[in-house]
Amino acid sequence: MTDYEPVIGLEIHVQLDTRTKMFCGCELSFADSPNTHTCPTCLALPGALPVVNARAIHFALMIGMALGCEIAERSIFHRKNYFYPDSPKAYQISQYDVPICRGGHLGEVRIRRVHLEEDAAKLNHISASGRIHGSERSWVDFNRGGTPLVEIVTEPDIHSPAQAREWLTLVRATLKSLGVSDVDMSKGSLRADANVSVRPVGSTELGTKTELKNMNSFAFLEAGVRAEIERQTRLLDADDPVFQETLHFDPVYKRLTPLRSKEEAHDYRYFPEPDLVPLLVTEEMLAAARAEIPELPADRAGRFERDFGLSADRARNFSRRTELGDYFEAAVASLRGGGGDAGNDGPTVVANWLEQLVERTGSDVDPADSKVSPESLAALTTMVAAKEVSRDAGREVLRRLVDEGGDPRTIVEQEALGAISDDGGLGEIVDRAIASDPEAAAKVKDGNMKAIGPLVAFVMRETRGRADGGEVTRLIRERL
Amino acid sequence: MTIGELIELSAATAAEKVRAREIDARELFEAYRERAAADELNAFTWVADAPPDDRSFEGTSLGGVPLGIKDLFCTEGVPSQAGSKILEGYRPPYTATVVEKLDHAGAPLLGKTNQDEFAMGSSNENSGFGPVLNPWDRTRVPGGSSGGSAAAVAAGLVPWAIGTDTGGSIRQPAALCGIVGLKPTYGACSRRGMIAFASSLDQAGPLTRDVTDCALLFRHMVGQDPWDSTSLAFPEKIALPRGEDLSGIRLGVPEELTGEGGGIDPGVRDSYEATLRLAERLGASIEPCRLPHAPHALSAYYLIAPAEASANLARFDGVRYGLRVDGEADLITMYSRTRAVGFGAEVKRRIMLGTYALSSGYYEAYYGTALKVRTKIADDFRAAFERFDFVVTPTSPWVAFELGARMDDPLSMYLNDFCTVPMPLAGIPAISIPSGLSDGLPVGFQLAGPAFSENRLLSAGYALEQAIVFDGSAARR
Repeated sequence: MTDYEPVIGLEIHVQLDTRTKMFCGCELSFADSPNTHTCPTCLALPGALPVVNARAIHFALMIGMALGCEIAERSIFHRKNYFYPDSPKAYQISQYDVPICRGGHLGEVRIRRVHLEEDAAKLNHISASGRIHGSERSWVDFNRGGTPLVEIVTEPDIHSPAQAREWLTLVRATLKSLGVSDVDMSKGSLRADANVSVRPVGSTELGTKTELKNMNSFAFLEAGVRAEIERQTRLLDADDPVFQETLHFDPVYKRLTPLRSKEEAHDYRYFPEPDLVPLLVTEEMLAAARAEIPELPADRAGRFERDFGLSADRARNFSRRTELGDYFEAAVASLRGGGGDAGNDGPTVVANWLEQLVERTGSDVDPADSKVSPESLAALTTMVAAKEVSRDAGREVLRRLVDEGGDPRTIVEQEALGAISDDGGLGEIVDRAIASDPEAAAKVKDGNMKAIGPLVAFVMRETRGRADGGEVTRLIRERL
Repeated sequence: MTIGELIELSAATAAEKVRAREIDARELFEAYRERAAADELNAFTWVADAPPDDRSFEGTSLGGVPLGIKDLFCTEGVPSQAGSKILEGYRPPYTATVVEKLDHAGAPLLGKTNQDEFAMGSSNENSGFGPVLNPWDRTRVPGGSSGGSAAAVAAGLVPWAIGTDTGGSIRQPAALCGIVGLKPTYGACSRRGMIAFASSLDQAGPLTRDVTDCALLFRHMVGQDPWDSTSLAFPEKIALPRGEDLSGIRLGVPEELTGEGGGIDPGVRDSYEATLRLAERLGASIEPCRLPHAPHALSAYYLIAPAEASANLARFDGVRYGLRVDGEADLITMYSRTRAVGFGAEVKRRIMLGTYALSSGYYEAYYGTALKVRTKIADDFRAAFERFDFVVTPTSPWVAFELGARMDDPLSMYLNDFCTVPMPLAGIPAISIPSGLSDGLPVGFQLAGPAFSENRLLSAGYALEQAIVFDGSAARR
């Protein structure tokens, strides 16, 4: 059996967070009453003309710069012609062979191009499933039609479903830090299609690629790409050809179904948009865009390593998930500002507790949306470092914070979870532990530290986890 | 003043008299309105049923002198159909910029004028609402696509009108009806609210009885519009013409457009050459000039315009407005039946031609090449204008032809535009003035100038007009 390597490229659409649409003055909206944000231009009434949104250009320049692209001094718009009810002009104003940005890279993936275009209207199909099959009629809502989009196309530099997902989170974090979009896949402000092919390992030729659409979450993207790689691998193993086609991923049935085959592939008859003049990018526009670019995730990762001593992996993880990074910094600031101190590796300890928090709430949840504030997390960290609370008890406090919120100190008092120290009767419990297991005690006395386990466990049981593990160990050795 | 006297006043004169309170704007409007309502030329698709209420025109530049407006200009609440059944009865929720400007300046809407469907035609026989008749001879065409506007002005049904010119659609009907027509520099007038035919060629312009009226109307049409990204600020104010001679003016006669091979009627050629002699007597110098790529202008035009139109007309799909046929059938059936029923033959022809010219595998050979030819034509004019003030040609190779005479052969119809298409391809302005009659039918003389030379064009046109003394009153009886 041949070993195949996947070759993946992404086409990403980003809805820009401008106030108005790409070519008219209608305000952007989400979930408002249908057809309440329309005008002659976005309804394509006879005689209406497009006018370019300057802020969308500004955002596109920022995106191009953040991705290290070459910005075209002159670019033009093209008409992309096709008939469908969500496209009222029966053409989309987009960019074709003279886009606003070319080249660039983000992390390990090269960018082929970045361009501007307008979003289509929204179709609501009246059927049990909400899909077009079996629907009796469809309604068109033009509120979304004309929303500014930036399309980012990558080179096929991605080689696994996990990498695709991981890299997309970096894209998302980067765009979020720019403030150009709310990049929410569930709302459609960030969309990703994947072009997938496989080839024998070591080959430099590209296999036939398919286009995957409708993967509207990070998890679905990964699952869809994985499913397609498996499907193509099975075909090639059976010596069957892979057809170039567009596939729709159904997340419920984990199935890929063809949307369009190559025979029906569209001829878009691109030609330069005669209603718009060429876009010239001036030095002023470039300077204005440059001035608004904040710390990007890659730079933030570097700073996390340098200033907070985080490991490279952790720094990368926290910088790629903007919310995580923001929460982390707020917690560290609270730690230091509150006069608390967890030692030099305080930030790392905060990071540990933060990761535990994320485990409990789920990695799709913004930790800031949980009931645990960064200040609470910082306070908990301080208490554990100061041995006011054992680590096990700390975990219990965290569990309560996640469930009910509140202040860690209050919880410790109320639940009597405070650490038991020697003058809290710990020494007495240690003595009983030693008495309960003379065999283990003898081994420890002889120097066999591995035997200390049962003794420590006895103490922990007796104290319901409130004793500090390090303290217990110390006392055992002292008493022996 | 009698109604007969009233309608013999030029628009500019009538405006002056309204401002001087010598005539009443309402009476003026009503006099024309009755004539328009009784029209037998089929020049109108809609006529107002009363003068505008609550308006005083005494302080306005255009004095309440009523205006004929080509059907394809959006006029809020009033049918705007672009001469097509696919938009029959469509009433837009907004008004075209140039119409708003003219209304604001004191020229209220009297009626919407008939036209070739979507401005595609040179005879007004392609209208979804019936052909328009030439007031000089009702068995003949008025020209097109602004045939309704031209016939209405020539017949005195309306004092002045606006139309659009893409390949000659203001100038050619003006010539065939014995009136003045101006195609401005591309971008001088806003296209917002003009139902589009070919976006890079369409321009709004005046159709009037004389050059002074033309200048007055044009002055209130120009201006950059934030709603139209291709519109420009006119670099100077439009003046009412004064010049009575042409001393120092250098006129270029392009062999490619006026030579024997152009198929120009002898009668038209006689009138043209008489006008050249007249120009010389007024002080102009006449010399041959070269426009080497002009013979290819028609081919380039009939690729570029249909290509843009194929996209501009794609929005007429039965979904949001206008005609919808078989709405209960599937999507493709609704699309195709709506467009099959709603569009006329010439429109379908050009959509297919345009789609083909843009399609994969053919783009470079057709549309791509046409764009290159266009650049060459513009370069030819630029070079010519280094030696000449204006390039002059007959406007139309022949006088008004009989209804139906060219309907069997679309290409023979396209030849109407032979002398008028090069200018829109180059984006430059051109004016047609009546130069005389041939067999009792009007002949037009065209002057074309560099971009933004309208003031000088109007001046030269005026000088010639004063010398020619064309009498168009026969058409008004």
